[in-house]
Amino acid sequence: MLILTCPCCGIAADETELSPGGEAHLTRHGPGSGDTDFEDYLFNRENARGVHFERWRHAHGCGKWFLAARDTVTMQVFGTYPAQTTEPPQEIRDRITKARPGWRWRDFGAAE
Amino acid sequence: MSRRLPEGGRFTDRSQRIGFTFNGRSFQGFAGDTLASALLGSNQVLMGRSFKYHRPRGVVASGVEEPNALVGLGSGDRFEPDQRATTTEIFPGLEATSQNHWPSLERDVGAINDKLARFLPAGFYYKTFLAPVSFWKHVYEPFIRRSAGLGKAPDAEARDPDTYEHFNVTTDVLVVGGGVAGLQAAKAAADSGAQVLLMEQTAHWGGRAPVDGGTIEGLDPEAWVSRTVAALEAMPNVRLRLRCMGAGIYDHGYALGYERVGDHRPEADGPRHRLWRIRAGHIVSATGALERPLSFAGNDLPGVMLASAVRDYVVNWGVAPGDRTVVVTNNDDAYRTAIALKKAGLKVPAVLDARQHGGGALMQEARELGIRVEQGWAVAKVKGGASVTGVAACLQIGSGVVMEEIACDAVAMSGGWSPVVHLWSHCGGKLRWDAEGAFFRPDPARPATGADGQPMISAAGAANGFGGLKDALEDADRAGKFACQRAGFKPAEGGVPQADLPAEAPLAPVWLMPAGAGPELRMKAWLDYQNDVKVSDVQLAAREGYQSVEHAKRYTTLGMATDQGKLSNINGLAILSDALDQPIPQTGTTTFRPPYTPISFGAISGEAKGSLFQPLRRTPMHAWHEGNGASWEPVGHWRRPYTYTQPGEDKHQAVVREINATRESLGILDASTLGKILVKGPDAGRFLDMLYTNMMSSLKVGRCRYGLMCNENGFLIDDGVVVRLSEDSFLCHTTTGGADSIHAHMEDWLQCEWWDWKVWTANLTEQYAQIAVVGPNARNLLETLGGLDLSKEALPFMGWTEGTLGGFPVRVYRISFSGELSFEIAVPANRGRELWDALIDAGRDFGITPYGTEALHVMRAEKGFIMIGDESDGSVIPQDLGLDWAISKKKDDYLGKRAQQRSNMRSPERWKLVGLETLDGSVLPDGAYALAEGQTANHQHATQGRVTSTYHSPTLGRGIAMGLVLHGPDRMGEVLEFTAEGFDPHGSDVAAVKARIVTPVLFRPRGGKAECLRSSPP
Amino acid sequence: MSEIIAPLNGAAFDGLLRVDALGPQGQITLRGDFAAPAFRDVVTEVAGTAFPEARRVEAAGDRALLWMSPDELMLLLPYEAATTTAADLAQRLSGEHALAVDVSDARAHFRLRGAPLRDVLAKITPADVSPAALPEGELRRTRLAQIAAAVWLTGPQEARLFCFRSVAQYAFDLLSTAAAPGSEVGYFDGR
Repeated sequence: MLILTCPCCGIAADETELSPGGEAHLTRHGPGSGDTDFEDYLFNRENARGVHFERWRHAHGCGKWFLAARDTVTMQVFGTYPAQTTEPPQEIRDRITKARPGWRWRDFGAAE
Repeated sequence: MSRRLPEGGRFTDRSQRIGFTFNGRSFQGFAGDTLASALLGSNQVLMGRSFKYHRPRGVVASGVEEPNALVGLGSGDRFEPDQRATTTEIFPGLEATSQNHWPSLERDVGAINDKLARFLPAGFYYKTFLAPVSFWKHVYEPFIRRSAGLGKAPDAEARDPDTYEHFNVTTDVLVVGGGVAGLQAAKAAADSGAQVLLMEQTAHWGGRAPVDGGTIEGLDPEAWVSRTVAALEAMPNVRLRLRCMGAGIYDHGYALGYERVGDHRPEADGPRHRLWRIRAGHIVSATGALERPLSFAGNDLPGVMLASAVRDYVVNWGVAPGDRTVVVTNNDDAYRTAIALKKAGLKVPAVLDARQHGGGALMQEARELGIRVEQGWAVAKVKGGASVTGVAACLQIGSGVVMEEIACDAVAMSGGWSPVVHLWSHCGGKLRWDAEGAFFRPDPARPATGADGQPMISAAGAANGFGGLKDALEDADRAGKFACQRAGFKPAEGGVPQADLPAEAPLAPVWLMPAGAGPELRMKAWLDYQNDVKVSDVQLAAREGYQSVEHAKRYTTLGMATDQGKLSNINGLAILSDALDQPIPQTGTTTFRPPYTPISFGAISGEAKGSLFQPLRRTPMHAWHEGNGASWEPVGHWRRPYTYTQPGEDKHQAVVREINATRESLGILDASTLGKILVKGPDAGRFLDMLYTNMMSSLKVGRCRYGLMCNENGFLIDDGVVVRLSEDSFLCHTTTGGADSIHAHMEDWLQCEWWDWKVWTANLTEQYAQIAVVGPNARNLLETLGGLDLSKEALPFMGWTEGTLGGFPVRVYRISFSGELSFEIAVPANRGRELWDALIDAGRDFGITPYGTEALHVMRAEKGFIMIGDESDGSVIPQDLGLDWAISKKKDDYLGKRAQQRSNMRSPERWKLVGLETLDGSVLPDGAYALAEGQTANHQHATQGRVTSTYHSPTLGRGIAMGLVLHGPDRMGEVLEFTAEGFDPHGSDVAAVKARIVTPVLFRPRGGKAECLRSSPP
Repeated sequence: MSEIIAPLNGAAFDGLLRVDALGPQGQITLRGDFAAPAFRDVVTEVAGTAFPEARRVEAAGDRALLWMSPDELMLLLPYEAATTTAADLAQRLSGEHALAVDVSDARAHFRLRGAPLRDVLAKITPADVSPAALPEGELRRTRLAQIAAAVWLTGPQEARLFCFRSVAQYAFDLLSTAAAPGSEVGYFDGR
């Protein structure tokens, strides 16, 4: 049972007040995109064991979507941030690097 | 014999006698008794029979770990099986029945299993029931079902009359366990100012310390406990809870507490159980330790008990389990039992200490009391049947040559103590093997971690492997201070209470008694009492290749009963390790899973029963429907009238009447449940163009348009009429079930993808009651109310208007889902019932007929309109349904467009929507498949289509259906065979119904043009 | 004479708490850019209150402005005034990208009164209802058992609670059950 702090209203919300929304930072591919890009967009997911970025909605609360970075094994939460971004904020990436040196998730990761 | 002592009993009040029954016989106990202590006090040692062999069993323990004394409690609606006599506080009128026997506890037919034990070895299920396959259904399964199951399930018709509830709290520190360690940890944490919740599973604070002796700060433990509890009670930041068990620990400091509020006072108001859902900054597990049995032949006879339990019964309840008790041990602690018995005036014929060199100060004290102590001795076998008559003593080393038979009527055994590491382990805390104490203890280097990656739980005291009073208090103080620190508080200065207890000599691990016991003895040496697993079973499992402890557990069922192996686990895996010739840590433990002990289903469901089982959503007209014969159809959480039956009618006749009345004159439908979402802003049109497959930005103000919504997979998810309210605002109608999910879907895209688009949404579903007035007389009715021009010219089909109708502020949409002339009227919900009443009243001259969802469905099917959830199922695209006319060719993009370009989506082999007419006029079975030639890869009949909607059409006087069929639209007129009720896909006999492929639009109204949802011709 | 029927039509329950289903309540949903001075000015002028900070309620007389989300407010006002006020707001905000819509019929409102207020709430919401986490004057949108709802502590022993009207009966039954006599917890109210 996770607790995630909604960055939009500041409530530390119980998991039962939230709706999960799958993986974060997907790039939408629409008409005109090739099969590979579209397949990646629609079907392929990281399914990470460790550092992961995902979407949550504060459904029983302010109703806003937000993004969370957490470790899927230990449930450590590295931070939550508003959904209006295409990549994790630097501050969160730094926090992950501190806790998980050498982490990698899609195109994001600790500096080599 | 077991009996009540002339005096004594910390917990009992001898001035209050309490009457109860056991197997129908009347018994008496005292206030403060448990069922076990009261029965022992009345010389009722035999309390049940074992699960597999039906061996007579008595109580072994005095607390939650009890494996044997399981009883059924209560009767009728309150009957509950498998309750531990040791944790059941008696109350006047308590009814208990023992389990696993027939016809009676004393004379049980099933005991024959004990004689057949050699034919029922470990894994006998797997070996015995292999073949022949045909025996499964009629021989093996009934046999297993009869034999399996502990206790008797409550009657299927029984309804639990008690109430239950949840309680959610957030606290800085949660301390589980109210023994001296828990009290000290709570005190140390609370002194910092942190909010502390301390819970204890029993009805008493202090745990074992008051029974086991010593001094704390110069006080006897009982006095120290009272003083500390009083101090904690006086602190405003501390909450104390008795009869509340820490049941489980989960991620992010989530813990479950199981409070038995009413079990001991069943007549009181209030909930029976309360499930605490706790969010703790840090958790301290001060759950103590459990004593282990010793594995010797006959260790399951009634009268053989844990040494600690024997002294608990003497000290806490003033009950003697026997007059002559032999103590057998591998450690010093059991001497406390010998001493307690002696001091209570009872006989202790001998202490058999398996250690070559015996014990320390406690052994000395026992000897000084005149108790015979034999070092290096063991029990070869307990003598007796339904009760103990003596022990055959032998040397621990060797194969069990009897040295002496010692007469006794009880045996107190101690194989050492295992910390209760359950809560520590629930969320991933790791253990390490302590060779000195021969137990697994929490590894402080590998605790469960919380949201911040730091430890979220600490073990304290005996639960952390610190058994001695002094060590336990020191450890608890450390844990309490660490806990408050982790919760963000600064620990207060304050010393650890000084404790004094005689030093103990080390224990010697004894896993089998005697060490060289032969097969005959091992077959009678029990490891798991509740599941009847013996030393020989575990050894057999090892021989048969079950090396993993998890596999051996499941093969032998060791530790799989309701006690989850609290007594048996360590002994069992020690035997397994020995058989595998490997050290115990290498074998490891099985997984500790919540709950710590079984908790009631009632507590888990909480208030969610009866009318609170699930929220029912009601429209403003709900009460009218209820009062007018509605039978209900659940749609999501809504209840919509399915049909309104009149006296003498069945539902089918009612539906037919409703349809005929609507098509002939006037029907009225409560459509309030339809979703209504306001979408406003300069980018609203652009946004809806992305959401719907058709073009919405081109819709003119004052007009309505039917639209389809797909997800990014291309599949149809919702449909409904979009209304353009003004240049920058639209009202989107969704399906009843789709209102919340489509609103969420819109917000998802707005917040997460197109966050720079200027669009606001608001879910107005519940703001309006919506009433559909349908049929040739629809306009005539509304004109009688007056106030709005609803003529063809003023309000054409697919138009809307607003104003005052009969005094009501309304918006009227001229849309139709039936092909008939139809107006949907939206009115503020608080006036919905009033408008409904006014329409019913004004409609009498037209024979106005309220109709339900079934009539709605039949009428739409007659028109060939699709229904989300019938024609669509999450794998259907609009093109499958012939809805290409509602898919814009002009738009570059909409959600689902790219997916619909995938090769599979464009395949001509996709099944497509057609109408179906049975040749004999019957109604096709719902979900029936159209059969094709040949077989599938799974040797089932090949298929070429399926029925998606099927009804009896009163308008057409026969069965009508829609379905998806391979190349369907190109096969008009062709006759297919559909599976009939009871069709066997593997069988050769085909029960089939013949139906012809026709157009889905089966109905044209008499006279005049049909009103239909489409804005362009089909 | 029109017949305004609020959900539950004034039902009441007496137990650990007094639960009252309130009569018709004017409600306007406002969405807009909280940073835009024009939006703030119009809204505060019409409400007659200050602009609420995150999660707070600003109340004055028979009106209150509730912070619902970073771009949504709810204005409570007398039922009779809602329709015209919503139209007025919409008109005055027409130059802004904003939404003002009358939702006075969409929700059911309850008043809870009694000392064990927090204890009763803690039975049905996972939200932290301790005084530190839920002070007076704050609105907590959360889950009440199986429905969405919002709770506003209007005083030390009094709260306003609302949910969608279709589940009003469920909410009332739920509150009555949680406040059933004999089910005292004595956690927040314990001393």
